[in-house]
Amino acid sequence: MRSVSIIGAGCTRFGERWDDSLRDLVVETGIRALEDANVSGEEIDGLYVGNMSGGRFVEQEHIGALICDCAGLSRLHVPSTRVEAACASGGLALRQGVLAVASGYSDVVIAAGVEKMTDVTGGVAADALAAAADREWECFFGATFPALYAMIARLHMHRYGTTREDLAEVAVKNHFNGSKNPISQYQMEVTVDKVLNSPLVSDPLRVLDCSPITDGASAVVLAPTEEAKKYTDSPIRILASAQGSDTLALHDRRDITTLDASVFAARRAFSMAGLEPKEVDLAEVHDAFTIGEIVAIEDLGFFDKGDGGRATREGLTAIGGEIPINTSGGLKACGHPVGATGIKQAYEMVLQLRGEAGKRQVEGAKVGLTHNVGGCGGTAIVHIMSR
Amino acid sequence: MPAGIVSYGVYVPRYRIKAEEIARVWGEREDMAKSLNVFEKSVPDIDEDAVTIAVEAARIAIMRASIDPARIDAIYAGSESHPYAVKPTATIVGEAIGVDHQLTAADFEFACKAGTAAVQACLGLVTAKLIDLGLAIGTDTSQGAPGDALEYTAAAGSAAYVIGRDDLAAEIEGFYSFTTDTPDFWRREGMPYPEHGGRFTGEPGYFKHVTSATRGLLKKMRTIPEDYDYAVFHQPNGKFPVRVAEKLGFSIEQIEPGLVVPWIGNTYSGSSLIGLAATLDVARPGERIFLASFGSGAGSDAFSIRVEEGIEDIRDRGPRVRDFLKDVRYLDYAVYAKHKGKLRL
Repeated sequence: MRSVSIIGAGCTRFGERWDDSLRDLVVETGIRALEDANVSGEEIDGLYVGNMSGGRFVEQEHIGALICDCAGLSRLHVPSTRVEAACASGGLALRQGVLAVASGYSDVVIAAGVEKMTDVTGGVAADALAAAADREWECFFGATFPALYAMIARLHMHRYGTTREDLAEVAVKNHFNGSKNPISQYQMEVTVDKVLNSPLVSDPLRVLDCSPITDGASAVVLAPTEEAKKYTDSPIRILASAQGSDTLALHDRRDITTLDASVFAARRAFSMAGLEPKEVDLAEVHDAFTIGEIVAIEDLGFFDKGDGGRATREGLTAIGGEIPINTSGGLKACGHPVGATGIKQAYEMVLQLRGEAGKRQVEGAKVGLTHNVGGCGGTAIVHIMSR
Repeated sequence: MPAGIVSYGVYVPRYRIKAEEIARVWGEREDMAKSLNVFEKSVPDIDEDAVTIAVEAARIAIMRASIDPARIDAIYAGSESHPYAVKPTATIVGEAIGVDHQLTAADFEFACKAGTAAVQACLGLVTAKLIDLGLAIGTDTSQGAPGDALEYTAAAGSAAYVIGRDDLAAEIEGFYSFTTDTPDFWRREGMPYPEHGGRFTGEPGYFKHVTSATRGLLKKMRTIPEDYDYAVFHQPNGKFPVRVAEKLGFSIEQIEPGLVVPWIGNTYSGSSLIGLAATLDVARPGERIFLASFGSGAGSDAFSIRVEEGIEDIRDRGPRVRDFLKDVRYLDYAVYAKHKGKLRL
């Protein structure tokens, strides 16, 4: 197995990109990533793209061939594969790219993610997203994603004393970080009071506890570490790529306040990297809902189970804190184009580890972790990377 | 040769339903009214439709300036709720107000801006001296699907304007229209309720078109917002016109006299023209009014209007818009549903 590095990264602005199609977003991010990596199209010998539901959102499937075409690589017949794991599609595309390069089957690979979500009405988008849950055993009985995460929140609050305000603190922190990120969908800060008074979605979760509907795309370019310096002075080395699965339905889980897929993937990743959680300088975690971040920072081993709310409240996860979480603004504030999110997390980590994250830079960041979840934990992907 | 408004009339049904009553039925949040800045909306009586309320408004316009209906040479009726899919609203209004039959007439549809499009059509014929007087109407008993966000605002109201060259109450100094094909809101043939693109109706719909038409007209007229004493922007809810005014450099004081949507809702083709009427109700000769409509689909017509001496002669000879805000009757959701034909028997 070869060591793999990220040699370039690009991302579109996230948001309601009314004037841009899925193709426009792919082209925009692809050009940025290739320019950043200083590679030409002829050098690419593999593409992986994370996309959750092109069929539902823009009535376009076969996204693999589409992005190859958009990248101008169809005449070279470069293999291009779409991968899907709901909201973890991007993370999974990164992992497939890493495996391809590590195995020696490919040398220079693009791992991308894209989702164009605003061409359909809110109801259609919500239903497309609900397909990430168990359609027969959850959705048919009325559960939506906010409802499933609300149940996680309720039990977490009941069992560990996590408060409604703790959940709000996650949104406050991530909006603050997002306001420092030029690609972020939301550029505005929020207060605890504003979160607590935003419209109720599924008790106890309110609108400002939920990630938004977003258009966006992101891409990274991967190469063998031994050749990475040919392209860039600042390659980011992938120390670990791990994936875990769990039951599709939340009610079949051992414990709904823990995403065992995350725990499994994190343990694997730390073992692969030969690192402990405390050696990680910052992390991008899957905060589709505020409770998701609290559960994630526990499951990944940064804090003890039940301690995520307190850690957030005490500022340990803010920039400048013990372990800054979601410096990009997270899914909450940066936006959540589902297929692109996992790659955007890697993009943010590349900026941070290169020291190019501007006003949200974590000083001295050397090791970063990204954590991408599909559904409410049926799939979890963890990557650890370093400069 | 200046042309413009010879007379105007407005009609708003007396029935109202409060936004909080609609929210109660659908289990929506209590601050829905505040978030839309629409507290209640008008509801037509059981026997009222876009035609009957257009007749009411047209009669007031005729009465206000003592116009002989036989002098009217054109009627254009703009609506998105014409009672007949085939058969004009304009002809029924014409017969009802007693025109002679040397008349051209047609119905317009352009979502919420069909009324200002009718004004432009009349203005063209009048300015070209092809006719002497034209009657432009914006009228709607608009539809909002039960439980949809639009149900909180979709209201009933009508405005009629007599357009001519002589005895002007207000001169239309110029207009500028901005039109694109933008699918932000639509109703397919045979469907009872319109559909819309949610948040897409905002920035790429309303704001893009209203700001483009407004800036286009200001440039064409070589005017700035401060040159106008009043401004009226289409009122789909109480927030958009306030926000677009601020964005364009108009003040709350300029739009306040015409801002009636919090108390009657969005009267669609009637909306901006009712706002203009409420402004004419208080404006003095020499003052200038900026008007910009918006219709989904999408387009915006902006007008620069100068109030003339004639306003003083006609203003008090018909009910003012704010008279329709008094003596209203509140309906609960059940009776409202009956009035709106939402109950299919």
